[in-house]
Amino acid sequence: MATTAKKTEIDPLDYLAVDALLSDEERAIRDTVRQFVTEKVKPYVGEWFERGELPLELIPELASLGLFGMHLEGYGLPEASSVMYGLVCQELEAGDAGIRSLVSVQGSLSMYAIWKWGSEEQKQRWLPAMHAGEKIGCFGLTEPDAGSDPGAMRTTAKRDGSDWILNGAKMWITNGSIADVAVVWARTEDGAINGFLVEKDMPGFEAPLMHHKMSLRASITSELVLKDVHVPEENRFPEISTLRGPLSCLNEARFGIVFGVVGSARTCLETALDYAKERIVFGKPIAGYQLTQQKLAEMALEVNRGALVALHLGRMKDEGTLRPEHVSMGKMGNVRGALDVARTARSILGGNGITLEYPVIRHMNNLETVLTYEGTHEVHTLSVGKALTGENAFR
Amino acid sequence: MKIAVCVKHVPEGTSRIDPGTKRLDRAGEGALNHFDANAVEEALRLKGDSDTEVVAVSLGPQKALDSLRKALAMGADRAVLVSDDAAAGSDLVATSRLLAAALAKEEPDLVLFGQQASDADGAVLWAAVAERLGRPVVSQAMELSVDGGTVHVKRQTEHGYDTIEAPLPAVVAVSDAINEPRYPSLKGIMGAKKKPQDVLSLADLGVDAGDAGEAGSRTTVLALGDPPARADSQKIEDDGNAAQAIVDFLAEKRLI
Repeated sequence: MATTAKKTEIDPLDYLAVDALLSDEERAIRDTVRQFVTEKVKPYVGEWFERGELPLELIPELASLGLFGMHLEGYGLPEASSVMYGLVCQELEAGDAGIRSLVSVQGSLSMYAIWKWGSEEQKQRWLPAMHAGEKIGCFGLTEPDAGSDPGAMRTTAKRDGSDWILNGAKMWITNGSIADVAVVWARTEDGAINGFLVEKDMPGFEAPLMHHKMSLRASITSELVLKDVHVPEENRFPEISTLRGPLSCLNEARFGIVFGVVGSARTCLETALDYAKERIVFGKPIAGYQLTQQKLAEMALEVNRGALVALHLGRMKDEGTLRPEHVSMGKMGNVRGALDVARTARSILGGNGITLEYPVIRHMNNLETVLTYEGTHEVHTLSVGKALTGENAFR
Repeated sequence: MKIAVCVKHVPEGTSRIDPGTKRLDRAGEGALNHFDANAVEEALRLKGDSDTEVVAVSLGPQKALDSLRKALAMGADRAVLVSDDAAAGSDLVATSRLLAAALAKEEPDLVLFGQQASDADGAVLWAAVAERLGRPVVSQAMELSVDGGTVHVKRQTEHGYDTIEAPLPAVVAVSDAINEPRYPSLKGIMGAKKKPQDVLSLADLGVDAGDAGEAGSRTTVLALGDPPARADSQKIEDDGNAAQAIVDFLAEKRLI
């Protein structure tokens, strides 16, 4: 078919012109968060990472942008589309996966859990305050001995009259030590899985920081320790009594990761491309050597393929056709692709690639976490395998 | 109160002049002139929680609506774009005529400008518009407040500050140091497209095509060229005495 459309020049950072697939509004949101990250995150995040800190001043700024729980509706929440939420994750993670995790856990795990499974009173009490960043949430499912198999959880909830007594421990909990409310999943005496809103000042509840991380250092990671914590019945999610409760929340959060890692990968590609054009070896820039060009071409391929997959899944989610198995394939492919991009960028930067002067090794180390959390690469592989064959190979 | 903020949609990245038309190439992506973001922010700060209306006004191609929407996303209430093929190529004289006509329709109490546009760097449009409207004008505003019918301005100068009062209606060009523009919020961006956005033609303004665009301009770009190489430059090779040579040079010029 004849066409008069003008061919645009190749943009190295948007090779396949994915930008053109976005609406003006989607671009405006993307650009705003990109500007925020460029001005308020990127110049400082290497330092935060080195010191193992997440500056809490970021929380009100992220809240004033309106990002916490942005894709949920009602309760004064913005009701943005899934694609918009994904693009925000992408731009935040272009800064650092730790900042994206802060927003993911607040919005897609904690707020989503309350929005989806909470009572009307719980929603009224927490959602507006969490959107405003006045209250921070965390989400406790994973335990020291129960990760991919959350059904093996040992945290228990026993009846105490009309109320509950919680005992157990949760691990790898983002935002745990700064959280005002923890969504804690526990097994009841009759074997059901119930969700409880554990508040930070409840006696017997502690959320110590986890140390010695080499990844997601600009992020708060905690244990949740529950010793005979008395939780009133009004803090229990009324309707849900199976693992479907927590798993539905994880599905929301890992959708954001499908987009987020494209941001990490894009930053790594951008850095490697700039570096390769300036670094002189044997009299010319390394960008002019075939070995480097192959690396850059493979990286650009992964970044663009990831962006297209993410956007496609986002459109499916907005249409209501997205299944968890789709998200599994997205997370599987995009995180692996991003990790390859980050490692390759590291090699292009040579010795400079291992310092925090450049963003590359920070993203590379962060992506090792992203590969594992919100469903490991292995579990997502089995989810895709099951969807392909009809055979369950999980156990 | 009603505040009009004049904003410009400028090309993003490095500006390029089209050698054919001798005009700035506006075909690529554009963005809100960042100096104008300070003017929008100041209008929103003055508005606060009051019922003051903030109207963003621009002259430009249809794509300039993107920048007006940014102003709406930040919190402006309404946008007016003057867009007409006959207005393309307007110089400062023609631009000020069209903007003044649009502002005359709006009758704002206060007109705010950024200090300059980042593409052409004219930094005089606010003066020309004020002249056409017959209103007082204050530039380089570092602080701004409105008290009844008076605007109070702390004006930055090379030597310090002027404290100036002017009766409303008035025109004020704000310095880029006056504030830090807010980021538009998600709700602001999502709500922007629902806010009124009027596109006006020259006919709507009652301006003849002959008074706009190149026909209405008083300047003509005759030719474009690179700056000439400096003929009187002097290169000092360092043979161990370079520092002394530089000192001698500066002393000879009576600079030290």
